[in-house]
Amino acid sequence: MNKPFANIAQTIKFILRRDRIRIPVWVLSIAIFTILIALMLPNLYTSSMEREIMAETMKNPAIIVMLGPGYGLDNYTDGAMMAHFMLVFTALATGIMGIMLTVRHTREDEEEGRIEMIRSLPVGALSPLTATIIMITIVNIVLTVIVGFGLYSLGFESMDLEGSFLYGASIGVIGIYFAALTGLFAQLSTNSRSTLGYSFTFLIAAYIVRGIGDIEYEILSLISPLGLILRTEVYVSNNWWPVFATLGQSILLFALSLYLNSIRDLGAGFIPARPGRKYASSLLSSPLGLSIRLQRTSIIAWTVGMYVLGVSYGSILGDLEGFLDTSGVLLKMLPESADYSITERFITMLMTILSILGSIPVLLYVLKLKSEEKKARTAHLLARAVSKNSLIGSYTLIGLVAAPITQLMSVLGLWSAAIFVMDNLVSMDILFKSALAHLPAMWIMVGLAVLLIGYLPNLTGLSWLYLGYSFFVVYMGEMLQLPDWMSNLSPFGHIPQIPMEEFSLVKMLVLIAITAILIVAGFVGYNTRDLEG
Amino acid sequence: MSIISVRDLTKKFGNFTALDGINMEVEEGEIYGFIGPNGAGKTTTLRILLGILKATRGEAKIFGKDAWKDAVEIHRNVAYVPGDVNLWPNLTGGEVIDLFVKLRGSNNKSRREELIERFDLDPSKKCRTYSKGNRQKVALIAAFASDADLYILDEPTSGLDPLMENIFQEYIKLAREEGKSVLLSSHILSEVEKLCDKVSIIREGKIIESGSLEELRHLTRTSMMIQTREPIESLNRLKGVHDIEKRNNTIYFQVDGEELDNVIKYISPFGIIKLESAPPTLEDLFLRHYKGDGGEA
Ligand SMILES: Nc1ncnc2c1ncn2[C@@H]1O[C@H](COP(=O)(O)OP(=O)(O)OP(=O)(O)O)[C@@H](O)[C@H]1O
Ligand SMILES: [Mg+2]
Repeated sequence: MNKPFANIAQTIKFILRRDRIRIPVWVLSIAIFTILIALMLPNLYTSSMEREIMAETMKNPAIIVMLGPGYGLDNYTDGAMMAHFMLVFTALATGIMGIMLTVRHTREDEEEGRIEMIRSLPVGALSPLTATIIMITIVNIVLTVIVGFGLYSLGFESMDLEGSFLYGASIGVIGIYFAALTGLFAQLSTNSRSTLGYSFTFLIAAYIVRGIGDIEYEILSLISPLGLILRTEVYVSNNWWPVFATLGQSILLFALSLYLNSIRDLGAGFIPARPGRKYASSLLSSPLGLSIRLQRTSIIAWTVGMYVLGVSYGSILGDLEGFLDTSGVLLKMLPESADYSITERFITMLMTILSILGSIPVLLYVLKLKSEEKKARTAHLLARAVSKNSLIGSYTLIGLVAAPITQLMSVLGLWSAAIFVMDNLVSMDILFKSALAHLPAMWIMVGLAVLLIGYLPNLTGLSWLYLGYSFFVVYMGEMLQLPDWMSNLSPFGHIPQIPMEEFSLVKMLVLIAITAILIVAGFVGYNTRDLEG
Repeated sequence: MSIISVRDLTKKFGNFTALDGINMEVEEGEIYGFIGPNGAGKTTTLRILLGILKATRGEAKIFGKDAWKDAVEIHRNVAYVPGDVNLWPNLTGGEVIDLFVKLRGSNNKSRREELIERFDLDPSKKCRTYSKGNRQKVALIAAFASDADLYILDEPTSGLDPLMENIFQEYIKLAREEGKSVLLSSHILSEVEKLCDKVSIIREGKIIESGSLEELRHLTRTSMMIQTREPIESLNRLKGVHDIEKRNNTIYFQVDGEELDNVIKYISPFGIIKLESAPPTLEDLFLRHYKGDGGEA
């Protein structure tokens, strides 16, 4: 076609129409989250003493790997602290936004045949891709402006207008960069799943490369877009060049993807799909095997992820005493007890948080059954010699077994980091006991998910709500001085706080009994209701 | 004993009655066609037979066992192909076929290879890259590769090209020769006419017609074209004559099967010069029911 960009304005409008909820949700959550944190953070560290200790902490390699190099530490202002704390995480968030929105309107639309429909109208061959990138650029500009004005309007002395806008532009340009990158991967690969896969792998790699670079080889940090953007040193040096450099790279990526788009057929890609197995492995011969196989990638990723999470929490254990002593607010979040060190008191809270986070994959594994049903794939199994019990049983089993495994991974992660950073090592014994004590609460989550699948398959989202509620009451309960009954509503509120409290076998057995009841009831429901497919 | 026996089967989704007192018997060795317009309740019936949906009322039995309670046992000898074949995007066709065959407990390697070749499927490709027709082939291959006694097929050829449709029909005929039973829901009348021994027509959750093809044909109208020496008088007053049309000196009309004899007797005195009749087709019957005047039949 001679007019590769025909009807582009219309295409942009159409995209905005389709995403009229999705886009505001993304933009507002990122903006509000950023501004809220900026509002809270300065209140946590008010005295200059506390700031100095924070500045010291920021020189800890474990922190640098997570957040990037500290800057302006001699005079650690609210702005510098906030930007250092938050920039890389908000940049990750806009990166994810860029990836998700781009895949949706490029390769996914193409795969689903929607681009074919659009292209059958007088719309140019390059219009969908270009419209997507333009739309995301607009979205990120809006985000930049909201965050810029939002941060400035908080009225902190150290958060000036230029710095606030630079902060906004830094995260905005990362959103644009990852949109352009995903646009490129959408040309290279032939399906939306691997486009997502390549883009997220790149995002994670960029984060890791930056971590290594910030500690050892700075050149690596300049190669990674996430490292480069930290060189803006928002609120201290206010360097704009990293923003423009990233923007320049984004334009190059976009130009390349346009070129590739123009020379390929609709539906085709440049990375050929590898031929897969012609025969099923022996794993793939039962509902359990199928379920494990389907979730293989997710299982591996979460198992590794829980270990990494353990390591990152473990790495702050060393600085904990100094860190918490000065941080009044954080200290309030811990249970009170005079007989135990701050670190020991922190361990319980840490294990609870890790158990709640570890419940995420556990729930995901179980709730997979519901999405299988929604996609009309369970009928294939049930139409063969597979009973409903063995089907739901497979998913339940995976959830029940996954719980101790994620706990083990978190503890190992904590432990291996703690070895390096702690002088007085917390005993492995305490960690294990605490992890074990939390298991029944995780199993209750499994039981709840099974129950919902059995009776209310359309409301399985309630189990996420319940988990979120648990997180809230456990995390904020002490600080907000919530009444006890609120935390008692969560299974995690009934877990003994080891080492301060005794390990209680009775409580554990009661929770396990409740789990068993929930699961049995769920099985009964599943056996008596209509299945969608 | 009937292979499938359905009595007074009723299914409600909330207030909506999808099936309203259905009866159906499929005997051993029979190929049973199940036809009806979109949303008539074909898929719902088949899903109840598979024990995926629970009947609100009535009875559905396969091999004399209850379709809901004894589902697993029944399924050891049943092969099913759903209307919309949704597969796992990250498994290959070969893996899915193997899985399906293993889950039924039987395994017939040579049959599998033969089927893959006949249906011209590349088993090493991920299911996400398969077209609708290819996904259908995966389900069909898995069904035919297993030694089932009963095949339950929901519009199995809706995505296949004519060549593949032929191969499908071959395997159905082969199944018939082996004495197996088939319940086939379809929109494609020529296919049903070619394959099926018996047919049920379902509309808005009710079976409005069922019987052998011969019996059904009997209910349909024959199209006639007649030239007579003398003009036929008051043909329109005759029972069972429809859609009379005169062009030049030729009369076109349709006759109900059961009135054919009377009509011929009536017109022969007028001196027939030319007579052509078109055989009754299922399509006529079908269209008549589809259009909504099925009640009178
Ligand atoms: N889970 C459900 N909830 C509510 N209504 C349903 C459900 N499943 C089917 N129906 C309704 O029941 C009726 C029969 O549907 P069914 O799928 O059996 O039709 P069908 O004969 O297979 O049609 P088609 O030829 O289009 O496949 C339709 O009106 C449909 O909308
Ligand atoms: Mg149907």
